[in-house]
Amino acid sequence: MRKRSHFTWRSKFILFMAPSLVGMFIFVIIPFADVVRRSFYTVVTKQFSGFTNYRTIFTNQAFMLAVKNTLRFTLVCIPLLVLIGLLAALPLSKLKNAGAIKSLYLFPLAMPTATVVMVWKMFFYRQGFINLLLTKLGTMSGLWGEVHKDYLGSSAAFWVLVISYIWKNTGYTVILWLAGILGIPNELLEAARVDGASERQCFMKIVLPNLKGSLYTIVILSFLNSFKIYREAYLTAGAYPQQDIYLLQHLFNNWFVNLDFDKMAAATVCVGVFLFIVILILQRLWDSR
Amino acid sequence: MPVFFLITGSVMGNMELREYLSPVISDGAGFISWKVIPDYPTFEHYGKLLFMTPQFFVLFWNSIKLTVIILAGQLIVGVPAAWGFAVYKFKGSEVIFALYVVLMLLPFQVTMLSSYLVLNTLGMLDTHSAVILPAVFSTFPVFLAYGGFRTIPMQLIEAARIDGAGEFRIFCKIGLPLGKSGILSAVVLGYLEYWNMMEQPMAFIENKALWPLSLYLPEITWSQAGSAFAASVITLVPAVFVFIWGQDYLEQGIIFSGLKE
Repeated sequence: MRKRSHFTWRSKFILFMAPSLVGMFIFVIIPFADVVRRSFYTVVTKQFSGFTNYRTIFTNQAFMLAVKNTLRFTLVCIPLLVLIGLLAALPLSKLKNAGAIKSLYLFPLAMPTATVVMVWKMFFYRQGFINLLLTKLGTMSGLWGEVHKDYLGSSAAFWVLVISYIWKNTGYTVILWLAGILGIPNELLEAARVDGASERQCFMKIVLPNLKGSLYTIVILSFLNSFKIYREAYLTAGAYPQQDIYLLQHLFNNWFVNLDFDKMAAATVCVGVFLFIVILILQRLWDSR
Repeated sequence: MPVFFLITGSVMGNMELREYLSPVISDGAGFISWKVIPDYPTFEHYGKLLFMTPQFFVLFWNSIKLTVIILAGQLIVGVPAAWGFAVYKFKGSEVIFALYVVLMLLPFQVTMLSSYLVLNTLGMLDTHSAVILPAVFSTFPVFLAYGGFRTIPMQLIEAARIDGAGEFRIFCKIGLPLGKSGILSAVVLGYLEYWNMMEQPMAFIENKALWPLSLYLPEITWSQAGSAFAASVITLVPAVFVFIWGQDYLEQGIIFSGLKE
């Protein structure tokens, strides 16, 4: 009897899941298996080539550059975003009515990238507002003359991307931090205060340790969103941008356009496995505390 | 700030725009300049776009069509799946759930080649289906709707079963109304995502007549800056509307996206 009820339980699950599972197999699982298979074959003659494709990409300069830039971008952006988000969320958590401020933080999320990029260009071009402002400052103070830095065509392009990433994603992070902070039971903090703990001690000993779970999800989701910076990068600088912002996303797109499917398959597998391992490690770190 | 530039730019006459932007357009000396209130405000760019550019309508319609169909599909496929995960828990379902979470976290570039292979096999490249179908089976909305269903107490479902309600009836009468916040968050976050979609149509649709607005906007050059500003504002309006209407669900959705199991 017990066994039978378990069976129907499972079949009910399958019934609700069916459309999603079928689509998943057709559009994700099966083709992904095919990509893994292809990564071991040559693209033209379709011969088995072992690890040749993998060797090719790891000696490919464009791939190494893209990996380096993407890693640099994530390693700069994510800690920065996490910190800025926390600093912005802390004062908000004390407010009773933070709705308007939250809207302000969240709004960039709603702005379509294409519209944002137009404004970015007006700011960061050689003749843009930033240089205008710097020039005015310079002439007023008499310290420097006209500034004509090209932010999008030089290594500063990297920082332009960092700024626009932070600008766009701060709201998301603030909301997640807020949810974490407000989730801490008030009794805990009050008990600590009664015991004579200072605000600083409360923060270090109670608030921060309780936010570890939030930290994990914020890092993961920020990481996921960091791949979308490609839109800004592509729209401001095209398919072959300044070499400091040549990201993995550019490389994948260019390989795709040139039909370099063997390299792409191998790189897909590498990036996929890498992401999988990162997620697992983060999860472990989080669980172990 | 950016919104302000877009709006003022969109009501500036061509002459004025050319004057302010000329250093940028000609890449010459001098700087960009701007006015808070244009000298000769005009709606000519809006008029031109809306009444004299049928192409613009096609693109606008493409954007709407893609977004609406994707969202509808995601709900039809994803909401029952989320219900399945939330209500029928056993060892196997947890494994599949973990798989869904991992798939949710893979960026487009990693799934690009595999999507291309399927779409090619199915003969869907260069059609709207190429963008719609893979998006419909995205696991992100499943995760968000799951967040909403989790808040429903299991006792309620048990009670309904004892009263003799069928599983599907429970899903419709209890799941859908009580899990509304999760479903609506999926809609709001999904809307903002797909209205802004660029990577997928860029990779899978070559025919520019099928492009969504988000991809067409950057094609407008500085020499037509007025139209570009007006088009940007028009693209922005629906997004702002959804943002204002759905801000609570947006926040809720962000929180759901951050829940761990």
